[in-house]
Parts: sequence; C-alpha cells; structure tokens
Amino acid sequence: MADPQPQPPSTSDKLRAVLREAGGLQPVLVPLYAIIVALVVAGVVIVAIGKNPIDAYWALLRGMFGSPDRIAASLGRSTPFIGAALSVAFAFKAGLFNIGAEGQLLVGATVAAWVGTFSWLAGLPGPLLIPIILLAGVLGGGIWGGIPGFLKARTGAHEVIVTIMLNNIAILLVRWMVGSRDPVILRDMSASVPHTAPLPAAGRLPTLIASEPPLHLGFFIMLGLCTLVWFLLKRTTFGFEVRSVGTNPNAAKYAGMAVNRTMIAVMALAGAFAGLAGAGEISGTTGFLSPGVFAAIGFDSIAIALLARANPYAIILTAILWGSMLSGAGLMQQEAGLSIDAVRIVQALVLLFVAADVIVRWIFRMRRDGAGGLAATQMSTGWGSTT
Amino acid sequence: MPDEGHVPILEVRGLTKTFPGVIANEDVDFTLHQGEVHCLLGENGAGKSTLMNAVFGLYQPDAGQILLRGEPVRFATSRDAIAHGIGMVHQHFQLIPVFTVAENVILGNEMRKGPLLDLDGARDRIKELGQRYGLTIDPDALVGDLSVGEQQRVELVKALFREADILILDEPTAVLTPGEVDDFFAVVRNLIDQGKSIVFITHKLREVLAVADRITVLRGGRVVGDADPAKATQQSLATLMVGRDVSFTIDKAPAEPGGVVLQATGLVVADDRGVVTVNGLDLEVRAGEVFGIAGVEGNGQRELVEALVGMRSKVGGFVEIEGHDVTHATPREILDLNVAHVPEDRGKHGVVGSFSVADNLVLNRYWRAPFARRGLRQEEAINREATDLVERFDIRTPGIQTPVDNLSGGNQQKVIIARELTGDVTLLVVAQPTRGLDVGSIEFIHRRIVEMRDQGVAVLLVSAELDEVLNLSDRIGVIYRGALVGVFPRVDATRDHLGLLMASGAQA
Repeated sequence: MADPQPQPPSTSDKLRAVLREAGGLQPVLVPLYAIIVALVVAGVVIVAIGKNPIDAYWALLRGMFGSPDRIAASLGRSTPFIGAALSVAFAFKAGLFNIGAEGQLLVGATVAAWVGTFSWLAGLPGPLLIPIILLAGVLGGGIWGGIPGFLKARTGAHEVIVTIMLNNIAILLVRWMVGSRDPVILRDMSASVPHTAPLPAAGRLPTLIASEPPLHLGFFIMLGLCTLVWFLLKRTTFGFEVRSVGTNPNAAKYAGMAVNRTMIAVMALAGAFAGLAGAGEISGTTGFLSPGVFAAIGFDSIAIALLARANPYAIILTAILWGSMLSGAGLMQQEAGLSIDAVRIVQALVLLFVAADVIVRWIFRMRRDGAGGLAATQMSTGWGSTT
Repeated sequence: MPDEGHVPILEVRGLTKTFPGVIANEDVDFTLHQGEVHCLLGENGAGKSTLMNAVFGLYQPDAGQILLRGEPVRFATSRDAIAHGIGMVHQHFQLIPVFTVAENVILGNEMRKGPLLDLDGARDRIKELGQRYGLTIDPDALVGDLSVGEQQRVELVKALFREADILILDEPTAVLTPGEVDDFFAVVRNLIDQGKSIVFITHKLREVLAVADRITVLRGGRVVGDADPAKATQQSLATLMVGRDVSFTIDKAPAEPGGVVLQATGLVVADDRGVVTVNGLDLEVRAGEVFGIAGVEGNGQRELVEALVGMRSKVGGFVEIEGHDVTHATPREILDLNVAHVPEDRGKHGVVGSFSVADNLVLNRYWRAPFARRGLRQEEAINREATDLVERFDIRTPGIQTPVDNLSGGNQQKVIIARELTGDVTLLVVAQPTRGLDVGSIEFIHRRIVEMRDQGVAVLLVSAELDEVLNLSDRIGVIYRGALVGVFPRVDATRDHLGLLMASGAQA
C-alpha cells in the first residue's frame, strides 16, 4: 500500500483507489449484514404473531424474483425509487439534506400529466411527445427543488424545514388540483374517481414486459441517470465543486467556488431527478395522475439513498431491493397470510440497523473503518452547514 | 527535581505503533521521573503525539509496555488513564464554548448532590486549585468568551480536578502569544513544585531550553537521542531533530522592487459580528519585495487578508491589484489575476480534508486547462501535476490519492504551499505560513517565499512570529487596531521598536 515514490497510477492502482475510496468492502458488508439481522428480528415478530417466518420469507422471495414476470414487476416497482433516491443522494454530496424528493416527484408527475394532455400536442409521434413529457417533469421537479436551494442561499433557511413544508404544499395542492370539481383544474370529469385525463398513447413510454406493475423503458432511463450522476460527480469540475461545497464550504469559497450558486444548482438538479422519476411513472406506468398514487416514494428514497451511502451505482441495488420487497409482499400476504405491513417492518429494521451500524458491527465483530459511515459524514454536514 | 534513584513514575518500553502505510512509533523507550519536566522534541510527524496518545489510552500500541510506578498497565480508553492519574491537554482543546468554566471542568466527572449537579462544590474546588497552582480562572465565565490562553488554563484545571499526577501537554504553546508563553512557563514550574510530573511535547527549541529538565528527541518514530538542557544549544537540538544542519536565518539578496502590485486605500473591514476590525488601512506592495505585517493577533490581520482576496466584503475603501479595481471582486476573479493565497487556517480554508492530495494540489486551478477541458476533469493532467509537486516540495505522503486528512500538519501545509507557489503568481498573500511547523519545514517554506520574491512576485506576509517577519521582509508594517501604525524598510526596524509598536501602537 505504501508507495513512497508516487507514480502515475496503473490500472490496479486505480482499482485499489476506487476500493479505498469506497472504504474497502465494509460499505457492502454492513448493509448486507443489516438485512440479515433485520430478517431475523422480523422473523421473531412473525413467530410471535403465530405465523411461520420460513414460509413467509419463501413466499416473499418468490414474489420478488420467483418468475420472469415477478422479476419484471419488481424492476418496474423499483424504477421511481432509483430517480428519487438519486435526488436525495446528489444533495447529500453537496452537504444538503433533501427531504423533498416526495414533493419534487409529485410536482414533476403533475406537470408531466398536465403537459402531456395539451390538446395542441396531440398527434405528435412518441419520439417527440415522450421527451416533452419527461422534460416537463424535469422542469417541474427542478423548480420545486430549486426553491429550497434558493431560499437557503439567499436567506439561510434550512433546506430540511423548507423541503418538508414544500412536500405538504405539493401533496395538498395536487389533491386539490386533481380532485376539485369547481373549478375544474386537472380533473378528468368523465371519470368517477378523481384523476387527470389519460395521456395519449403516443405519450406512453414503451412497456417492455407487461407485468403488474409493468417494466417500462423508464427503468433503463433511470440506470442511465445513475451513470450520468456518477459522471457528473466524478468527472466534471461542477461535480468537484459540489463535493467540495459538501465537505468543506469554507475551502470551496477560498478556492473561488460560488458556494451559494452551487447549492441552488444542486437542489434544482436533485429536484429534476425526482421530477423525472415522477414523469416516468406517469408516462410508463399509470398514464394519468391520481392523488396519493406515489405516496411515500420520496420518503422511502431517503432510506434507499442512505442504504447506498449516497453512491449512485449502489442506489440501483438498494432501490431494486426496496422496490422488489414491496412488489413481492403481495404473494407473501396470499400464501403466508401475513400483512404487507410485515415487509414494512423488515424495511424499517434494515434501515435501523444501517443507521445504527454499531449494532451490526458488534454482532459480526467487524472493526470500524476510519472513514465512518454515511451517517457520520454526509448527514452531519447536511445538518451542520448553514453557510 | 528529578529523582533518579527511584522507580520512574512513568515508563514506556519498546513501544511500537503502526498505521496503514506509516510506522508512527518504533521500539520507543521513554521514562518520566517524579517531579520533572520531560520534553519530547521532534518534527511534525515524528511520532510525539502518537506516543503520548498511546500512553493516554487513545491508541492501543502494537507492541511494547507501559509501566506506571513500576507496574505494567494497559489502558483501553482515556478514562482508564485518567483514573490512574494521567491527564492530557491536547493541542486542540476539548471544551464546549457555550458552557461555563465550571460546567466544562466537571463534564464527564460530574459532582452530584443527590440527583442534582453540585456546581457550588465544583466552583469551590476550581477556585482552590486555581490558588494552589496559580491558575486563576472565573468558574462562572463562559468558555467561549475566554482567550485561548485562558481556555488552556481551563484544560489544565480539568486535568487537575481529576487528580492527575502526570500531565501530558501536547504543543501547549502553539496557540499562545509570547507574553502568555512566559505566564505558562511559570504555571509549569509551579505544578512541578507541587509535585506533579510533566511531559511537554513541542518542536520549539527556545522553549525546550527554557523549561525542560530532560529532553528526548524523536525522529521518524524512533528515539534518536537524549539531551541535557544545560549543555544543549538550539543548533545542536535542531541537528538532532532534523538529522542535518539547519540554518535559522535566510541568506537573501537585497530586494529589487518593481511597480506597485497591490494597493489598498482607506480599507475598512468588519468581522463576522459586524465589528470594524480593519479601520482605514493603507497598504502598498511592490513586485519583487516582501512586505511583512507584524502585530499581535486579533488586530485585524485575518479580516485584512480575507478582504484582500475577496472572501470578505469591504465596508469602505479601495483595493487595486495591478491596476484592476478589485474592491468588490469575487474570490474567483481575484484568483484569475494570478493571486496566490496561503490561508491562516489551513484546515478550514486551505484544504478539503477528505479529498486526495492530488485534488487538493489543484484546488486553486482545477477549472483551468490542462486540469479541466470543457468542464471535464482531466485526471491524467491532475495526477501528473500532483506527482511532480509531491516530489518538488518533498510532501511526505503514501501516495497522491491519499486523503489530505491522513497527512501530518506540516505536510498539509506543504500541500498548500506547493499549490500556491507554483504557476503564474503575481501577488502572493501568506498568512501565518509556518504556524505549528517544525524547523525543517520552516526553513524550507521561507526559502520558497524568498525564491518567489526573487522571481518578481509581490509578497504580502502576515505573521504573529516577529522572527519570521524580520527574517523575510524587505519592508515591515506594524498593524495595531486595524491600521498600520508604522512602515519601515527592514534595515531600520529593530525588534524592540517593533515590539513597542505592536503592544501600544505608539510611535516612538
């Protein structure tokens, strides 16, 4: 490891550097062990209510990945989580705690559902209409995310408070806009339950596998987004500025970086990622917006980003884990007679053990690495910095 | 006085401690006798702090033994060490600014009256300790309101409150003004007279000779020698510490000043609380000269420097760099005029600690070619530059991808110096460039600054070390309450005259 005469890094050096940067294998092992511990603890709960945990987990596993159809459904279910978790993770990197993915996703979905049904857009071919719809979501989410960034830069208002409030505003605003009969704003009056008018067929993202929910092209768009975010953070000067602002805003200012402008840009981009996830769901899965349909995706994404330690590639794995558990829970309910909430318990326990990783390290006798966890670094800067 | 006949109060035998890629201590023997001040001398990164942190239970040694009054001990945590009568005052104080002195002192060792804190009892004991050891301090003062010297007393009282017999002081004078250092030495002698034993970690030779009963020198993690303070000289200690002869003065040719590069007129700057600390300051620095600003800390130096480089807005006045009005320029606009800046607080402003050495070495030009093209980082160019600078500036690091946090303070400063003193520089602003550094590094950095001057760079040096200002400067200004109260050519400046101006601001 020690290399007294530094030389241009070879490939193996680079590989080692990547591993070292990620803190060795621990970032992978801790969440993995956390999942095992969570399953065991939840198993105790299942036994306590008189069910068989082995049967339940077997059913859950088959529900998640038991057939090509189930796998497709799981990936479909995971799709919006990837974008929303990227939103949270990207803000983390700049030392910002974006609790607002929920609202940003919803606003993105709403703007996409609205723009997609503009009458003058009807008749456009898919390759034109779909990008317009997705872009509408990006803009909607971007603006909703940019507001807390702007307020923080201008007035020092803490992004946690502002994003929480904006979530509430978004949820209530959308419920009113989609539900209101007088005046009619976005409600499709031909439908008995409140939702927006459906998108034209040309505005729908192609379905790859018609599972329930479907696996649509949006999944691969989200994978592309992960690469984009990674590239942005690692390879561009903007990403360097983002990471500098996130770890040492004073040094960033000293180096001539526009700290406030960077924070606004990061929050707007984070919002845009969540907005794209929302638009993708409108275009790929539902075709219209009904109030409450995306509830908790943004909140769960905080957990997913945390589980992935804000690493854009790890988010793919943690989002699929999260989404597929939700998608597999149905079968567990049918076969083991266990409520879907049992999956929620497992998820909550996973999160608990990742956040309180000391417990996991103690159980598995792991040594603490010097770097500390995401909880120690990213989150503390998120709460602490008020520049 | 040292009591050679008896069992030493503290003994370390064959202690070895390694960190990934670094041997911090190798087979170190060390003894401390009852009632002596034992100085542990060495350059930054020599392993002084690591050794004492191991004694204090903060690190577990890989090999070796620690004996307390002849009994082998093993401390799992610092709490164990404290329970055995060892107290340590770290370089960075571990105090809570919004708590009072009494609250800080009892923290972790709360005196109770039933379920309640016994603050009255604590107050009485603090006063009593203060009287006995000459450490007077108001138990009800908020720590955040105290000067650095007073905060250090609080740390000492904290250790004494826990009935420490052995006190480990890690670079205790690094943060003190010259006057405070003298007071501090009096306290040290007082503690010894009261039967305490002290390990004094430092790299300052003058202090070692003033205060030590015995000296042990560490270099590269090993003990390289012992010295008797009665016989040693600064030169002999420096040679032992660095491993070669060191010069304390810089040989430099007379300056050949060119045109005015930096001009500040009637500058008024406020600090974070809105208090005006730079008040109508006029300043002129020419190409090819070092203009040194001497002054007691807190007379507006920090705000002056931050204002000049664009990090702090000005209340009034003008700043021009090479004829450009930069009064309201951003830090980036000023950087683009080829202004280099070695900041006073390296951890806060100078480096991004979790970033690699390579990234930190291009922090002031990462956005320019060849390090970036069309917004994309050029890793190869960055790594090539970093490898080159690491070699040229002798930065001791396991590799260019190592996080800067893992480097010693001296090497972190070298990273900053290397970055700021390369490329096209027109104006170099250096604030406290050698604070906390050892003689070897100081010599190195001073040479580089003079080299820059000889290449025609305008250098503004701000330092609390009068020796540094006298050594490097071609012209000297004394800052007092936010204004320059005297500007002289170096040859006309005497130590006494400058000292008087620094203390009173009065023209002699």
